[in-house]
Amino acid sequence: MVVPINKELTRANEIIENYGCDQSNLIAIMQEIQAEYKYLSEDTLTLIAEKLGVSTAKVYSVATFYENFSLEAKGKYIIKVCAGTACHVRKSGPIYDAIRDYLGLTGKKKTSADGLFTLETVACLGACGLAPVMTIDGEVHSKMTPEAALALLEDIRKKEDAAV
Amino acid sequence: MRRAKMTRDSFHVFQANARNALKQSEQVPSVLICAGTGCIAGGALKIYDNIKAECEKRGLQVYVGLKHDTDEEKSLHVKMSGCHGFCEMGPLVHIEPMGIMYIHVKPEDCHEILEKTVLGGEIIDRLVYHLDGVAYPRQEDIPFYKKQHRVVLENCGTSDAEDIEEYIAKGGYSGFEKALFEMTDEEICKTIMDSGLRGRGGGGFPAGRKWDGARKQKSPKKYIVCNGDEGDPGAFMDRSIMEGNPHSVLEGMMIAGLAVGSDEGYIYVRAEYPLAVSRLKAAIAKAEEYGLLGDRIMGTDFSFRIHVNKGAGAFVCGEGSALTASIEGNRGMPRVKPPRTIEHGLWAEPTVLNNVETFANVPLIVRNGVDWYHSIGTRTSPGTKAFALTGNVVNTGLIEVPMGTSIREVVFDIGGGIRGGKKFKAVQIGGPSGGATTASQEHLDLPLDFDSLKSIGAMIGSGGLVVMDEDTCMVETARFFMEFTQKESCGKCVPCREGTKRMLEILDRIVANKGTLEDLDLLEELADTISSTALCGLGQSACKPVQSTLKYFRDEYLAHVVDHHCPICNREKPHPTIDAEACKGCGKCRKNCPMEAIEGSVKKPHTIDPEKCINCGACVSNCPFGAITAAKEG
Repeated sequence: MVVPINKELTRANEIIENYGCDQSNLIAIMQEIQAEYKYLSEDTLTLIAEKLGVSTAKVYSVATFYENFSLEAKGKYIIKVCAGTACHVRKSGPIYDAIRDYLGLTGKKKTSADGLFTLETVACLGACGLAPVMTIDGEVHSKMTPEAALALLEDIRKKEDAAV
Repeated sequence: MRRAKMTRDSFHVFQANARNALKQSEQVPSVLICAGTGCIAGGALKIYDNIKAECEKRGLQVYVGLKHDTDEEKSLHVKMSGCHGFCEMGPLVHIEPMGIMYIHVKPEDCHEILEKTVLGGEIIDRLVYHLDGVAYPRQEDIPFYKKQHRVVLENCGTSDAEDIEEYIAKGGYSGFEKALFEMTDEEICKTIMDSGLRGRGGGGFPAGRKWDGARKQKSPKKYIVCNGDEGDPGAFMDRSIMEGNPHSVLEGMMIAGLAVGSDEGYIYVRAEYPLAVSRLKAAIAKAEEYGLLGDRIMGTDFSFRIHVNKGAGAFVCGEGSALTASIEGNRGMPRVKPPRTIEHGLWAEPTVLNNVETFANVPLIVRNGVDWYHSIGTRTSPGTKAFALTGNVVNTGLIEVPMGTSIREVVFDIGGGIRGGKKFKAVQIGGPSGGATTASQEHLDLPLDFDSLKSIGAMIGSGGLVVMDEDTCMVETARFFMEFTQKESCGKCVPCREGTKRMLEILDRIVANKGTLEDLDLLEELADTISSTALCGLGQSACKPVQSTLKYFRDEYLAHVVDHHCPICNREKPHPTIDAEACKGCGKCRKNCPMEAIEGSVKKPHTIDPEKCINCGACVSNCPFGAITAAKEG
């Protein structure tokens, strides 16, 4: 199947070509595309396979192997609660639960219904001295409590509401 | 700007100039702002900006790099350093030459710091580290630093990580220069072998033997790979080195390149360390600009290039063969060995794969000699080791101690003991692949080195030290690590894929107080099978936390499976409470309580003793008046 390079895919196409369509850069290419689109769509995966001259199955197998790749669209803000040892020992679990409750997430759902937040855990951010930590769009918030975490989200929500 | 290619002579000139500049810089006051991940999260960048702005206001000349002329009378050296290690107290600000260290600095403190301390020489007591009523304004006096011996991390807290000139002024790249012009490949390998340097990534394999093995391979193409995929939760030594002293990693890899005859290197860094990636890339660009990396370095036949690859979130990629597979753009899954990586590594070529800290040790050994290296540490484990000290300890952070330092010294002298005056229970060493040590005298006096730890079933691993207090249930801890390894199992081999899943199920059951004595035997049997049959190091060591806690904390397992009541887990949970108004004092709850935890006389409101209560819920279901509210399951 040949994917027509529509407007949606031009940026992805550029990224692949910047890497010289080199197969060994597959992971780097997917990282950059994901940074751009926030996830890997079926079309981008097919495009990558085509341009690198590998099977779609191979691209899919790599995309599903690594935790960082997401095949689903994510929320506007990505929250990562650290579940590393140091954070676990200093009670990061209740923070995660509180945010989950706040966002009304159940089962395998990770993104809030309004598409604003995606909640994930991360193995260890290496900021163990500041445990427990969480990040919102890469910005580290240290020595968190469930209350402080919810206050941060509340602020973002207010800002978003005001912007509408 | 394109520089003239560095030759050996021009390197010496550059080095001498840099040393002079460093000396001159030391004459002027300097403010060092820690710019490790921890302090940046605390607002270090804002502090850096504020200090610079405050200087501008006063017409003070600010030097960011080294100072080269002494004309300016009023000048100040402001720089961002690597991680100081005392992350708990961040953001940290250092003022030289007084050697003052301020903790928990806020952007609004900058005015006062500049005014009082830098210009007035006065110490601001509020920002000084205090312990037991004693103020410690100088870094070297603080107990956290006093017992440390910083070799690999020395430059991390004192240098500008992005300044190659400062690195060279402090002796950087002179080890490489020595190896390049004065040593043969065989001599370099012999030096590393004689130094006794052992891989800092976990196993402790002698680095020199690895190098020499790769050197002897007859292949025109060989690779040097640096493992910066520091996946153990609770470890961040390598991150600090890559962020704080990236040139030392590059230099170590270049020396390895000379030793084995390789012209290309890769550094594989976790995706969770964006700052390390950008600092390494900046360092590589600088080294290339100065002609220290690239083609025909310093006019010789030696060429070397280094690439940085970002991981994508798979713990298993810390394993050698999985890491090389990931660099090649494949699923990061380990393969059966032999052939070993030195024979058949990256792109099927001979490859030397070492960890970040190992490479960072190399330039120091080449520069200072084997005897110097052996003067630190123990006979079989020379040198120092960086540890990430975390958990329920007063001082958390990054430490570096000579190999052989006892656990007692680390936890109580450097770590300052347990938080909140609680009792020390255990240290988990080596993360999910390591084991726990106990509070026994024998374990507390155990020297931290490769062989001593192996003897009690733990291992140095990557160097995470997680301290646990009396409120930590070791069964729950073992379950936590098993959950981690189970989730991170790549699924290639059956023992790890299926075995860890079953072990996790059993541990879940035990933690929920639904396990049996037979479950403990089953755990032991599974652990034995997995550790002897799994394909890679991750699988083989996945059971270590369970095995060591079963050995040293069996009573806690027994509390879960025999008494079905763990006093530690239970303490955390809220207990059911009796509403005194609704209670009619019928006594039904008292009669049905298996723990005799309920007291009260007839027709009087009853009470529950939380010390005895095991949250079984019998009272709740037996109360005819709905006066007892159940505890929420924790």
